[in-house]
Amino acid sequence: MDSHDRTATTGHAQPDTTDTTLRVNGKPHTLAVDHRRVLLDLLREDLGLTGAKKGCDHGQCGACTVLVDGRRVNSCLLLAVTLDGAEVTTVEGLAGDGEDLHPLQRAFLDRDAFQCGYCTPGQLCSALGVLAEAAAGHPSHVTDPATPSGAPVPLTREEIRERLSGNLCRCGAYPRIADAVEDVM
Amino acid sequence: MTGTETVLGAATERREGREKVTGTARYAAEYTGPGRAHARPVPAAVARGRVTGVDAAPALALPGVLAVLTHENAPRLAQPDDPVLAVLQGPEVPHRGWPVALVVAETPEAARAGAAAVRVTCAAEPHDVTLTAGHPGSYVPEEANGGHPAVRERGDQDAAFAASEVRIDTEYRVPPLHNHPMEPHASTARWKGDRLTVRTSSQGTNAVRATLAQLFEVPEEGISVTAEHVGGGFGSKGTPRPDVVLAALAARHTGRTVTVAFPRRLLPSLVGHRAPTLHRLRLGAGRDGRLTCLGHEVATHTSRIKEFVEQAAVPARVMYAAPHSRTAHRVVRLDVPTPSWMRAPGEAPGMYALESAMDELATELGLDPVELRVRNEPAEEPDSGRPFSSRHLVECLREGARRFGWADRDPRPRSRAEGPLLVGTGVAAATYPVLVAPSTASAWALPDGGFVVRINATDIGTGARTVLAQVAADALGVPTERVRTEVGSSALPAASLAGGSSGTASWGWAVHEACVRLAERLATLPGPVPEDGIGAHADTTGEADAGSAYARHAFGAHFAEVTVDTVTGEVRARRLLGVYAAGRILNARTARSQFVGGMTMGLGMALTEDSHVDPAFGDFAESDLASYHVPAHADAVGIEAHWVAEEDAHLNPMGSKGIGEIGIVGTAAAIGNAVHHATGVRFRELPLTPDRVLTGLLAHETPAGTFGG
Repeated sequence: MDSHDRTATTGHAQPDTTDTTLRVNGKPHTLAVDHRRVLLDLLREDLGLTGAKKGCDHGQCGACTVLVDGRRVNSCLLLAVTLDGAEVTTVEGLAGDGEDLHPLQRAFLDRDAFQCGYCTPGQLCSALGVLAEAAAGHPSHVTDPATPSGAPVPLTREEIRERLSGNLCRCGAYPRIADAVEDVM
Repeated sequence: MTGTETVLGAATERREGREKVTGTARYAAEYTGPGRAHARPVPAAVARGRVTGVDAAPALALPGVLAVLTHENAPRLAQPDDPVLAVLQGPEVPHRGWPVALVVAETPEAARAGAAAVRVTCAAEPHDVTLTAGHPGSYVPEEANGGHPAVRERGDQDAAFAASEVRIDTEYRVPPLHNHPMEPHASTARWKGDRLTVRTSSQGTNAVRATLAQLFEVPEEGISVTAEHVGGGFGSKGTPRPDVVLAALAARHTGRTVTVAFPRRLLPSLVGHRAPTLHRLRLGAGRDGRLTCLGHEVATHTSRIKEFVEQAAVPARVMYAAPHSRTAHRVVRLDVPTPSWMRAPGEAPGMYALESAMDELATELGLDPVELRVRNEPAEEPDSGRPFSSRHLVECLREGARRFGWADRDPRPRSRAEGPLLVGTGVAAATYPVLVAPSTASAWALPDGGFVVRINATDIGTGARTVLAQVAADALGVPTERVRTEVGSSALPAASLAGGSSGTASWGWAVHEACVRLAERLATLPGPVPEDGIGAHADTTGEADAGSAYARHAFGAHFAEVTVDTVTGEVRARRLLGVYAAGRILNARTARSQFVGGMTMGLGMALTEDSHVDPAFGDFAESDLASYHVPAHADAVGIEAHWVAEEDAHLNPMGSKGIGEIGIVGTAAAIGNAVHHATGVRFRELPLTPDRVLTGLLAHETPAGTFGG
């Protein structure tokens, strides 16, 4: 240890924290959250839920996608302290308590919809968000403008591709992922 | 083959799939034990110079910051073989982004704040980061990557070219490209005395262990390196990278378990890149379409600290019969990050250029581009004169043409339009060498009827666990489910890296031999399998690296259909079809995924992936995923991969060739050739982005001086 190291005795200020309560995969957690901490790091560092991945930390790759109050989000872009009372679902929460996988997880296995697996949790959560958004009538860039407002949007192959385009996969599993999503529609 | 014919080649589901879809698969940064600290590098902000001072005090004053390592206080390392690993050992800055400090902190947030607070002063020196074809500093290296001679000549290329009836003299450019695996490079390290435990994201942990032992001057036996799951690599994790050295340095310095997970933006400067290549091709042919000569000259860059030469002229030594040839590389040392392997180094950019030039020749001759390639099929490998162990390029071209509907093609450029879209189709060939390296493996029979295969293979997403179980089951004559595979740890029998499309061949060979020996032991076993099980070991040293009298390569053909928007200049590939001859395909499911994945990366190379070294600052201008555009879901339309049956007795016991890289080879050329067919305009620089394409279309339609004067 030398001049470039802190000694254990110096009294540095602690980072600002605020007690925050989130429900994650159905379980409540109350944590003193560092104001700089994003949801992704809360999941990974505080709760040990490393299913959500850090691919870029800047909302550019989608590997950190989870569901917050049922909507898909890039968890690396959400400050955790803003999520008091939120309901968070991660890939670890998709299968439920039993051995049975969520049908979409099963479809990913059936279709070989991944290789390295690093983008997979984000793809799964994002795809579940897509299914809900389309059912709720949210249009996408490729939705026919003549589609009645608010009516469920049929998820064509093109719609699936467009809506999942925020989730990058460098292994190139895209066609298989779209197959898997079609399997559970 | 001793087992059932259905085991090898079956579309067996990948074994680690359940962990990957439930989020329980752990990657290198995800060993979150108590007391684990996080470290973040501080990148150099000059392209060339020396660190003259590091003021760590502002960082150390921040809550949670534990230490700041610099070249002045970091543990000393022995001189590494690979200069990119000599981090925090001296004040020299060889390129922008080089780590000049490392902040260790209790949390990722504190490490980030600390890294931003360290004040580094540098004495900057003038830099040069711009590759040009005639750069005065360029030289002919002894070798290009892979041990290939930098220059090969047959006959008299210049005289033959001058005398040829038909001549193509053309240039192509490929920009720097970045691997960008989805998992950024990460390592977690912990010391106990002189014993070091490392989790790392690597394509091969035996090399990581050997390197750490050498750098820290401790015995290999005291180092454990595991890479249970690896979030892609594509070559960038093929050698130990600075993350693992930094993690071990920080862990040694602080006595803590330390994770270094590189921020995405640092990857381009710290983990290697595909070097830019400038190509000049001179193809001479008779009116019959037979090549008289083939010249391919490549200029590329490397860094100040390490010579890495992208071997882009090498595929021209393999592909076509031409009595005269010259293939050569020149390289220039610039103040740039050190380039390294990216999926199909050499073949990917080289075949883009060669297969584009072949398309130019076909156009010049008025000959079908499939037929041109068939006419120039060599009887033996042109450069070496060795016979091919197997070569079914023509079958791939024919089968691809049949599946694609090539026969219906109107060969005239700009012959198809759909509203504002021009439509075209193109073809290109693919090749990738058969590489194989010695490995060791053990196989065990257990009293419950199960088997365990142990080998330090690395599964970077290829499905190594799965295919090795198939290889073992085939050799043992048992169902695949009875075989468990253990991979991904230096505690296992040593094995080669997952790179050069060599993994399955190298590991499978050792697994096959161990299982054959085990089956022999079982056949002579007088009673039941004892409590402790019985085992057999194999080491393919001397066999796998014995060399061959044959030229061994996989081949393939890529077909593309594109649309070119005449209003926006946007190119979209709406069909990509690959057909491969790659020996025996050992798992139809995972193989198809790899082929399609390679083609998808080739699609990015063709249309979206672009990078520049900024001349003023010496940095990659496109260093994150918002600016460096890898293909997204919306880009991946109509991609299909097929293969032809290929028997080859000169490879390995499985009869397989590598499949991980050939998918990216030639894909960009097929797309570029389709763009030419669609538009009548030949674009010679990748990627084919709207700005380039629209500019080209406008210049084609309204040549300079005819519009607006």
